[in-house]
Amino acid sequence: MNFLFYFSSAIALLAAALAISRRNVFHALLYLVVSLLAVAAIFMSLAAAFAAVLEIIIYAGAIMVLFIFVVMMLNLGKRSTEEEAGLLKPMMWAGPGFLALALLFELTIVALRGGGAVTGGPGVGPKEVALSLFGPYLIGVELASFLLLAGLVGAFYLGSQARPSEEEK
Amino acid sequence: MAEILLQHGLLVACGLFVIGLIGVLVRRNLLFQLLSIEIMLNAAGMAFVIAGARWGEADGQVMFIFILVMAAAEVAVGLALLLRVSRGVSNLDGDAVSAMRG
Repeated sequence: MNFLFYFSSAIALLAAALAISRRNVFHALLYLVVSLLAVAAIFMSLAAAFAAVLEIIIYAGAIMVLFIFVVMMLNLGKRSTEEEAGLLKPMMWAGPGFLALALLFELTIVALRGGGAVTGGPGVGPKEVALSLFGPYLIGVELASFLLLAGLVGAFYLGSQARPSEEEK
Repeated sequence: MAEILLQHGLLVACGLFVIGLIGVLVRRNLLFQLLSIEIMLNAAGMAFVIAGARWGEADGQVMFIFILVMAAAEVAVGLALLLRVSRGVSNLDGDAVSAMRG
């Protein structure tokens, strides 16, 4: 089981790095799905089954479908891919990439200075999560439902404004 | 269950977060930037789940669910905005929409 964690971690990191460096959006989305599935495998290795299932259903399922729908609606062609290739010169990404890697270096030092605590144990099942979610965190659930309603209304409003002008074209 | 060091799990989460950050900083395509933000949110949620597994508490997974909800709402509004932007701008360049009109 230890092997599962390290193996899926490597896949998650590699797939995420490939996802942000692709020129074609569809390729990037496919790599991102692989990365999310690998993170779900990490959750499984930590015996967090509920989080793993939610990761697959909502992240790799619903959110990725939303992305793919939008890519299909935008109908990005070959021209966009070529323009993207022009923007990906080393001169463009070297500076921000270096700064972000410096941040990773710093975070690594901070993480390694802590004690060597071991995760694992019996694991947290869906029952404990549900009891906690609808017990002490009930107000958070209500606020999350507000947020989702606001997101729904906002997306609907922005989407409904986009439609008439598309017909004008 | 895996008996892994807490540090190793947090390091993986940090790595994912930094990869997402590089994506936001480097890519100029709005779609890729949204995608990178998803990676960053996912990494933050992963850190919560790993910490929750370390102490055997359900709170980590509860926070993961909240992050999931926020990511879903964010991506819905973000993609709707992107569709709106895509009418005026041909190539979804983030720099092309730097000027707004009230």
